[in-house]
Amino acid sequence: MAEKEYAYFSGCSLEGTAKEYDESLRVVMKALGVNLVEPDDWSCCGSTPAHTVDHVFAAALAARNLCLVEKMNKEVLTTPCPSCLMAFKKAQYNMSRDDAFKGEVNELLDEAYNCGVESKSSLQIIYEDIGLDAIAARVTHIMPDLKVAPYYGCILSRPPEIAQFDDPENPVSMDKVLTAAGIDVRDFAFKMECCGAAFGVPKQEMVNRLSAKVLEMALDAGANCIAVACPLCQQNLDLRQEQVNKTMGSNFNIPIIYFTQLMGLAYGFSPKELGMDKVIVSADKITRRITKEEYAKIKEEEAAAKKPQKAKKEAAAEETNN
Amino acid sequence: MDTINLSEKTDWAFIEEVKKESGQNPSLCYQCGNCTAGCPYTQYFDYPVSVIMRLLQSGQKETILTSKAIWLCATCETCTTRCPCEVDVTHIMDTLRIMARREGKVSEKDIQLFYDSFLDSMKKHGRIFEMGILMGYKFKSGHLMGDAELGPKVMSRGKISLFPKTIKGADKVAQIFNRFQEKAKKHG
Ligand code: SF4
Ligand code: SF4
Repeated sequence: MAEKEYAYFSGCSLEGTAKEYDESLRVVMKALGVNLVEPDDWSCCGSTPAHTVDHVFAAALAARNLCLVEKMNKEVLTTPCPSCLMAFKKAQYNMSRDDAFKGEVNELLDEAYNCGVESKSSLQIIYEDIGLDAIAARVTHIMPDLKVAPYYGCILSRPPEIAQFDDPENPVSMDKVLTAAGIDVRDFAFKMECCGAAFGVPKQEMVNRLSAKVLEMALDAGANCIAVACPLCQQNLDLRQEQVNKTMGSNFNIPIIYFTQLMGLAYGFSPKELGMDKVIVSADKITRRITKEEYAKIKEEEAAAKKPQKAKKEAAAEETNN
Repeated sequence: MDTINLSEKTDWAFIEEVKKESGQNPSLCYQCGNCTAGCPYTQYFDYPVSVIMRLLQSGQKETILTSKAIWLCATCETCTTRCPCEVDVTHIMDTLRIMARREGKVSEKDIQLFYDSFLDSMKKHGRIFEMGILMGYKFKSGHLMGDAELGPKVMSRGKISLFPKTIKGADKVAQIFNRFQEKAKKHG
């Protein structure tokens, strides 16, 4: 496979509470022949708090990093975090369309940013640049007990003009990526409903209520696991699940797993390499693995066992008909 | 829906200011309610987002800038995505929040404190130090025990570091803060 290379911005969460997202993404990207290069000495993108202060200021915090990428002579930056992605995309969108805005942002920076970097989510790179066939070709294991509700979070494909990716109301990229990885994916009506993560600390109860709805809808969809692409969603739904249970009197126990961790499991990597021991609600019980060959054999045997039965039934039906 | 109380005189200058800062035209809104229908936070808002739009059209500056809604908005972009008139409603909410901050009218102090601890950490280290933000927030808000039960969970999995990591260019990031503050002072 031809090597692909991208500038990679992991973001602050992936150095702390979302370490397993970074670990599993790197493992999977390597397996798919993608090289990730971090800009030297990157800084925080500014995220939500910066844009409650000022739009130029927020764009400058993001653009400092885009500037570093420009210096690496890379045109595409990928980040797994939807919040970082939004900060970069908004800065790029506004600066490249409005010269006065661009000038104001650059006044705050040491070095001017020339708007030469396009940012894409790591999900988008996997879905579009690597593609479903290559994703499927690398699968070694099947997890027969796993039923996944793919949860995109609120901003991965919104607003469409800025996100330029997937459908703003019913995204399917993660559904397709996981399906290609041999995973049973359920239709999930709440795939984009906001879980409230940004307010977890100051507004705990409100957030617990929003999370409870997401968890409940996943169960309704017949899932026993939620796949996520956002470090804030993961933290909120996993770490606070017990809090949700206390607030709501519920007893949710649903593992919240990064889609890259699930891909890594399907690719035969060890749970440890993928940081599976770092999630709070364990997925051990639902991620039993068998090799693809064993799985195919079982399916064959099942089909064979059904056939004679089916033949018998048909014969019996025919007899009664006659 | 409650009737809207237009208690203030229409503040035309305020409408113009929002228009200019957001680049959006609030009068395009025809009150269809799509934005509110999709807003995941609407039950917690004191004024649903479509009502904020109506209040904005009638220049009710005080009511808007002291509302809880503009702080409880999570910038989820649902309203912008669904507005049939292509109003960037999220961006208007964002702009109103910035104005409330600038005028010292923040109704949700805890949320502002949380954002401020985040920015403090960023200014100091160049990146976010999660533990530092949490402690800073607890200290300033006085909610010392909130989320205390989560600590052992993240610690035992080695997910949160107790010591900040400061990037080499932290001073460059702090420069962005300083230049912005100077500029803000000048334009005061
Ligand atoms: S961006 Fe804010 S106002 Fe708009 S739907 Fe989301 S939470 Fe509601
Ligand atoms: S969706 Fe647009 S037009 Fe409809 S009420 Fe909201 S802002 Fe107004």
